[in-house]
Amino acid sequence: MSQASLIYNLSDPLELESGSKLNHVDISYETYGTLNKTKSNAILICHALSADAHVAQHPENKTKGWWDDLVGNGKAIDTKKYFVICSNTIGSCRGSTGPMSINKSTKKPYGLKLPVITIGDMVSAQEALLNHLNIETLFAVVGGSMGGMQALEWSIRFPSKVKRCIAIATTAKLSPQSLAFGAVGRNAITSDPEWHKGDYYAKEAPQKGLAIARMIGHITYLSEQGMLDKFGRNLQEKTDFGYDFSSDFQIESYLKYQGDKFMTFFDANAYLYLSRAMSYFDLEKKYKSLNKAFKKSESKFLILSISSDWLYPSKQSKEIVKSLMTLSKDVTYAEIDSPFGHDGFLLECKKIGKVVKPFLGN
Amino acid sequence: MNKITKQILDKVPKNAKVLDLGCGDGSLLSTLIKEKNCSGYGIDLNHDCIIDCTKKGISAFQSDMESGLDGFSDQFFDVVILSQTLQQVNKPLDLIKNMLRISKQAIVTFPNFAHWTIRFSLLFGDIPKSKALPYEWYDTPNIRVISIQSFREMCKKNKINIVEELSIYERGILNFCLAPLAPNFFCHRGMFLIEKK
Repeated sequence: MSQASLIYNLSDPLELESGSKLNHVDISYETYGTLNKTKSNAILICHALSADAHVAQHPENKTKGWWDDLVGNGKAIDTKKYFVICSNTIGSCRGSTGPMSINKSTKKPYGLKLPVITIGDMVSAQEALLNHLNIETLFAVVGGSMGGMQALEWSIRFPSKVKRCIAIATTAKLSPQSLAFGAVGRNAITSDPEWHKGDYYAKEAPQKGLAIARMIGHITYLSEQGMLDKFGRNLQEKTDFGYDFSSDFQIESYLKYQGDKFMTFFDANAYLYLSRAMSYFDLEKKYKSLNKAFKKSESKFLILSISSDWLYPSKQSKEIVKSLMTLSKDVTYAEIDSPFGHDGFLLECKKIGKVVKPFLGN
Repeated sequence: MNKITKQILDKVPKNAKVLDLGCGDGSLLSTLIKEKNCSGYGIDLNHDCIIDCTKKGISAFQSDMESGLDGFSDQFFDVVILSQTLQQVNKPLDLIKNMLRISKQAIVTFPNFAHWTIRFSLLFGDIPKSKALPYEWYDTPNIRVISIQSFREMCKKNKINIVEELSIYERGILNFCLAPLAPNFFCHRGMFLIEKK
């Protein structure tokens, strides 16, 4: 039997932070392991921009998950011990309700008619899913990048529900530099003539814009050293410059490959919605200050950053940690030494696991 | 339990909020939590130390000491401990002042560079090595030379009150008799409980 994602259809409309309501919300999710009798071993995993509910492989479905080296039988997040839940965020295009989904009242894809989704809204949808699964407390909530934002939001909104919060390579708010890269990515999509203000589902999709957005994204996911180590100024299957405008350098062809690959499984509008959600995420704005945000939280925190991550640099993680320490919360912070930049949260599972495993064990 | 840990344990009040600078594997904090019901954090730059702390259930912050103290409000902690790392600090006075800003009291320990064995090494032209200072001069994390006497002077100059001097000497009848009379000569480690005047 192959384990496909399950779908939960929310019975009630979801109230969004923007004040809008979203009807007929679908949440695509997968579970791993077994919920114990006291329902005390559930771990919710929150994913980053491009991922989905398939965090790890199932015994029946050997397709690799996006955090396969961290989650699974005998791994740091051990599915023999814990009941792991991972759901696709709303606003995405990987099974949960997003701009590509059919609006049941018009029988057409939402496009831009879908209200803007925030990180808080993603968490609200996940909470509804957990209620449906009759899970009242979380042994832990874990996430990297955008998933880390959700994990932080969880610990703030549901202070007694979340026993442990693990936030990796994330931030309490995007820096202006990160906002800028996000804005250029969104502009690449909205400037594509095929975008048609988001109403393109019956036509050609704005693939070029989406691919460029992804290429920009990938620059921000790598570090200078990582790029140097992996590509240098090496040429791609050439011994000299082509003296034209095709891809000469390996880094060019890598970015092109990533852009082209992304087009095949991601929706341009969903990219806009998720990018927008991250740009609006600002715990200081929402809760007046970081200290006010975390004041009531009862979670134990593990905050991890990647040493070469300049998209959400260590400094931003440390700000979160400092706030938690001044509130006398139980918090541990470690920096994962890695040349992989922001991508380190996906590539350094072994190093991350070395801290995550004992943290969960305590 | 080693002598330093025991001395520190004696001086930290029950239920104290503690910050351990250069916390290593978290043993000291772990003892303080168990024996004195303390709470608090460890700070260490070494990633593996943070993993060890996590294994013990100790909350730790991977950071250098200097910037690790920023952000804490005045008198946030009851005791800040700086054990055996003062000699590795870039700006020792700034660090001590900052420690006394965020904490009511501080415990500082360091290898005493004026111990008689070290004086004799120098007398014979060698750069001293000892149990407390085991490194070669060309491969050492230690960048400061501190003696018990010079620490006292530093406190006096900078309006730091020495609540108690608890310097540590090696076992032996000679040390037992002489160290209390001339700690700067016979104690291999200096240890001070200090506070702001």
